[in-house]
Amino acid sequence: MSSETIPLAGPTSAAGQRGRRLRGQLARFITYVALCVLSTLFILPFLWALTASFKTNADIYRFPPSLLPQPVHAENYSLAVSVLPFWQFALNSAIISLSCVLGQLLTGSVVAYSFARLRWPGREFWFIVLLGTMMLPPQVTMISTFVGWTQLRTLTGVEWVDTFKPLIIPSFLGGSGVLIFLMRQFFKTLPLELEDAARIDGCTTWTTFWRVMLPLSRPVLATVAVLSFIAHWHDFLGPLIYLNSVDKYTLQMGLRMFQDINASRMNLLMAASMIVLLPVLILFFSAQRYFVRGIVLSGIKG
Amino acid sequence: MAIDAVKIIPRKGGRKAQWWRDARDGYLFALPWLLGFFIFTLGPMLISIAMSFSQWDGITPISRIQWVGLQNYQQLLTDDARFAKALGNTVWYVCWAVPFGTLNALGLALLLNQEVKGQAVFRTLFYLPSVVSGVATSMMWMWLYNPSFGPVNFALAKLGVPQSQLPGWLTDPKWAMTAFIFMSLWGVGNSMLIYLAGLQGVPTHLYEAADLDGASAWVRLRNVTLPLLTPTILFNLIMGIIGSFQTFTQAFIMTSGGPKDATLFFVLYLYQKAFQQFKMGYASAMAWILFIIIMALTLTLMRTSQRWVYYEGERG
Repeated sequence: MSSETIPLAGPTSAAGQRGRRLRGQLARFITYVALCVLSTLFILPFLWALTASFKTNADIYRFPPSLLPQPVHAENYSLAVSVLPFWQFALNSAIISLSCVLGQLLTGSVVAYSFARLRWPGREFWFIVLLGTMMLPPQVTMISTFVGWTQLRTLTGVEWVDTFKPLIIPSFLGGSGVLIFLMRQFFKTLPLELEDAARIDGCTTWTTFWRVMLPLSRPVLATVAVLSFIAHWHDFLGPLIYLNSVDKYTLQMGLRMFQDINASRMNLLMAASMIVLLPVLILFFSAQRYFVRGIVLSGIKG
Repeated sequence: MAIDAVKIIPRKGGRKAQWWRDARDGYLFALPWLLGFFIFTLGPMLISIAMSFSQWDGITPISRIQWVGLQNYQQLLTDDARFAKALGNTVWYVCWAVPFGTLNALGLALLLNQEVKGQAVFRTLFYLPSVVSGVATSMMWMWLYNPSFGPVNFALAKLGVPQSQLPGWLTDPKWAMTAFIFMSLWGVGNSMLIYLAGLQGVPTHLYEAADLDGASAWVRLRNVTLPLLTPTILFNLIMGIIGSFQTFTQAFIMTSGGPKDATLFFVLYLYQKAFQQFKMGYASAMAWILFIIIMALTLTLMRTSQRWVYYEGERG
């Protein structure tokens, strides 16, 4: 599934009358104008924030607003990262997100393979349960899970809350139901003959999975990695609930803290926001086809 | 699949051994998720039900828990004006954001599905906002909605709205929720992509047939595209409702529920009760009310879907 060109599903034969062709051209022109206007509206908030991040604060609070910063104040960025331990926050975010990606890939793929290909009694039942968990609002389990981690201290004598563990461990136990489902859909498209051949060659279930199936699944693993990374990078409620000490804060929480401290310095706030967005933007533009594949794979088509 | 499993059962010893091996491997492979399900879903669900019948701060030892029966639910439904406000706000938000989000996403997908140059570029631009949502974009929007210096009001003023009638957006109880609804329309990229995938699934021969019959673009849309897209619409409506009911981060960052509780969303109130006032039992009861509302809406939608959703046979 290439994401670059989407097959056209519009009218194909414009070979009819001339009037029709003219009308078609007019329609295309209107479509084009609409697309340009709308996409400008969609991208404008980013551009506005970007220009604000290079302005002086006095320049920002001016009406009517100026479009471009003059002169460009790039030092806003170095100031923004020096106000708070930004690199520490970035490191924390990276540790949490990347650990979650690792757990999701390792355990999620194994589970997905089991649902896609292995034959075990109760599989259909558990698969329906898996689909059911996708509909469950997380708030239903959020509070009691938090209480569980709090109470775990009295059992183990070790602190669990205010560590990364509650944020990471769920990803090592299958992780997101949606992503498991996505990988299962992919495994189901691979030809059965591969596994049969592997079995005949004496592979166990594990070696079949690890040596034959996984190497063929790089595209879907990349998709899952990207989606999982974005979800955890953006997660705010999770860290907000579990992390208390500032040196463990994620970027999202750091940004929130920044807002509390520097509410009036909008230019720095925008610069900080841009820095937080940057890794996601880079990931988005370099891995866009993996996002699109995720949607195609989930098989939600007409 | 179930039939396959039955066929393989016994007859010969070798087959039986194979059946056991398959079952063992299957469960072993699914084990991480099974464990996760019991530890992080089923267990917490059961505990959460129990907690919703109690008064507890979640910190003191479990022995100090007070069982209060249905009192939490009773208080929420009859004696908590802020809860009523939060529920009303959220329902209002869902009622606007979901239908208009659907129209917006569908409209964009239909536009993108035309034969235009640079389609990939447009798609990227529409999709981008839904990927980068979070704290940073919430801050961007606070700035955009700034009543005196923000570009939104600047544009409105340019369009001829008198200075005195410019909305205060996030600072005005009358306008704050509208600001959130507008903002939600900006993040429809994900469902737009799902619609686009759905549009690609419409077989071209149907359009050709419609063309031969001399159908206009409107008739084609009304009688070919939309009916075939109804399963996708149903899916997006359900996901939209579930997602919109859980609105939290934007409200937490941009307004903290204000002004005058005008943007006090359900989950924001739940968070305040659980993690700021440590009324874990009360908040658990709220979570279950949320669950019941979402389930009821989803089931109702699915019920009605038999009347308006066109199924070819495949289900997502």
